Amino acid sequence: MAKSVQQRMMSLNGDEAVAWAARQSNVDVVAAFPITPQTIIMERIAEFIHDGLMDSEIIRVESEHSALSASWGASIAGARAFTATAANGLALMWEILYIVASSRAPVVMAVVNRALSAPINIHCDHSDSMGARDSGWIQIYSEDAQEAYDNTIQAFRIAEHENVQLPVMVMLDGFLISHTMQNVQILPEDVVSDFVGYRKPSRIKLPEFYGEKEIPLMLNPKYPISIGPLDLYDYYFEHKMQQIEAMKRAPEVIKEIHKEFAEISGRSYGDGLLDPYRAEDADALIMGIGSTMGTMKAVVDELREEGKKVGSVRIRTFRPFPADEIRELASGVSSLGVLDRSASFGAEGGPLFMEVRSALYSLKDRPPVLGYIYGLGGRDMPPRLLKKIAEEVLSTREEPERPRVGYPGARE
Amino acid sequence: MSALRGWKEIPIAGIPFEPAVKYKTGDWRVFRPVIDNEKCIKCGLCWMFCPDSSIIWDGDNFPTVDYEHCKGCGICAHECPTKAIEMVRG
Repeated sequence: MAKSVQQRMMSLNGDEAVAWAARQSNVDVVAAFPITPQTIIMERIAEFIHDGLMDSEIIRVESEHSALSASWGASIAGARAFTATAANGLALMWEILYIVASSRAPVVMAVVNRALSAPINIHCDHSDSMGARDSGWIQIYSEDAQEAYDNTIQAFRIAEHENVQLPVMVMLDGFLISHTMQNVQILPEDVVSDFVGYRKPSRIKLPEFYGEKEIPLMLNPKYPISIGPLDLYDYYFEHKMQQIEAMKRAPEVIKEIHKEFAEISGRSYGDGLLDPYRAEDADALIMGIGSTMGTMKAVVDELREEGKKVGSVRIRTFRPFPADEIRELASGVSSLGVLDRSASFGAEGGPLFMEVRSALYSLKDRPPVLGYIYGLGGRDMPPRLLKKIAEEVLSTREEPERPRVGYPGARE
Repeated sequence: MSALRGWKEIPIAGIPFEPAVKYKTGDWRVFRPVIDNEKCIKCGLCWMFCPDSSIIWDGDNFPTVDYEHCKGCGICAHECPTKAIEMVRG
């Protein structure tokens, strides 16, 4: 794109790229607890603040439960709050994940995907964030360090958008992205600062006993309000409806902000929801999430050279789930393969497999869908396995009688 | 009670749109505090300690009890330095 601004090329790993994004995004409060493979994010931010390069308060908390609680408190006090975690840290945040989302606190959190214990494992799979898929957070998955940087910056705008007002998780694969050095284009400070602006809490007409006054949605001694004190069977459902509706409005906002960022940076990832690669004329499509889909692109090229019409689609936003866009891409395709980097024990397949199949149900001509659960606990997903999967999908023309899920890379 | 509102009509984030004082919660009580103005020295400790803002005091006159919201916890009677508050059943 011609108009994109001059940027600085830096050698950064994914964690550092996220820390740079946080540094440039006018964050007021960072409350975080270190956990591999997220630690570098926290270390870099602490260094930035210490060196006077980042104007934020850092709160060193004693656990992830407190990290998210403090971020939530800062957010509902009107601050822009950022935190980061991984795996068991995210699990410890569980209670607060739901509280942040239902309080409509636009916290942004980087989740460095790591397998959940036990046995203890520090390497990548998506079991941590996939478990949090119903917590009410927007989930955006990155393919590489550059995208982790780009997504983190956009996340603040998405979270705080008046039509959304939901927290956003930005995912990056543990070690594969977090600790892998890459050339990353870093935008000038003022450009990012102008793009994200400063947090302006939305205004609400509230409460009636203040006389229909418009006040900012935040804790403010001038207009004392309580946020989320108690709902029983009278109003809880209505507040959940509001969250459901906000999620429905999110895709448009994500696409719009993605486009605006692309004009500045020169970088775009499909429409912001899905990132398809050579998918237009493909017979078989492979869908998946995260860094593996980068490898998949190389495999697609190789298969295309052999005359095999395979394409790939990377899901960027798992929440909101881009069902309409998936239906559009999948209609006219002869077969689909879906890669899941997490298991849903006792289910018919991984979470992405189930949701893709569910989305396709309303199509008249549904392509057959094969599921693959791979890479648990950081198990390698080499190109040859992806190629094998793609060839199997390509040769499948009929939906199996029972959902078929493979486990490539697992030994028997 | 007015009709319950729909999700389009209420503020987001679970913020109450009407004050909770309309809920008369005094009937949760078993014992009620009764202030003996003969013994009361207007020190304000009961007013300060009441966890439910149910001691009404203007700083000059004798304090009174908001029986519509007092839950009878007895903290005021416990804190009173002159034993001017008695907890009475009913």
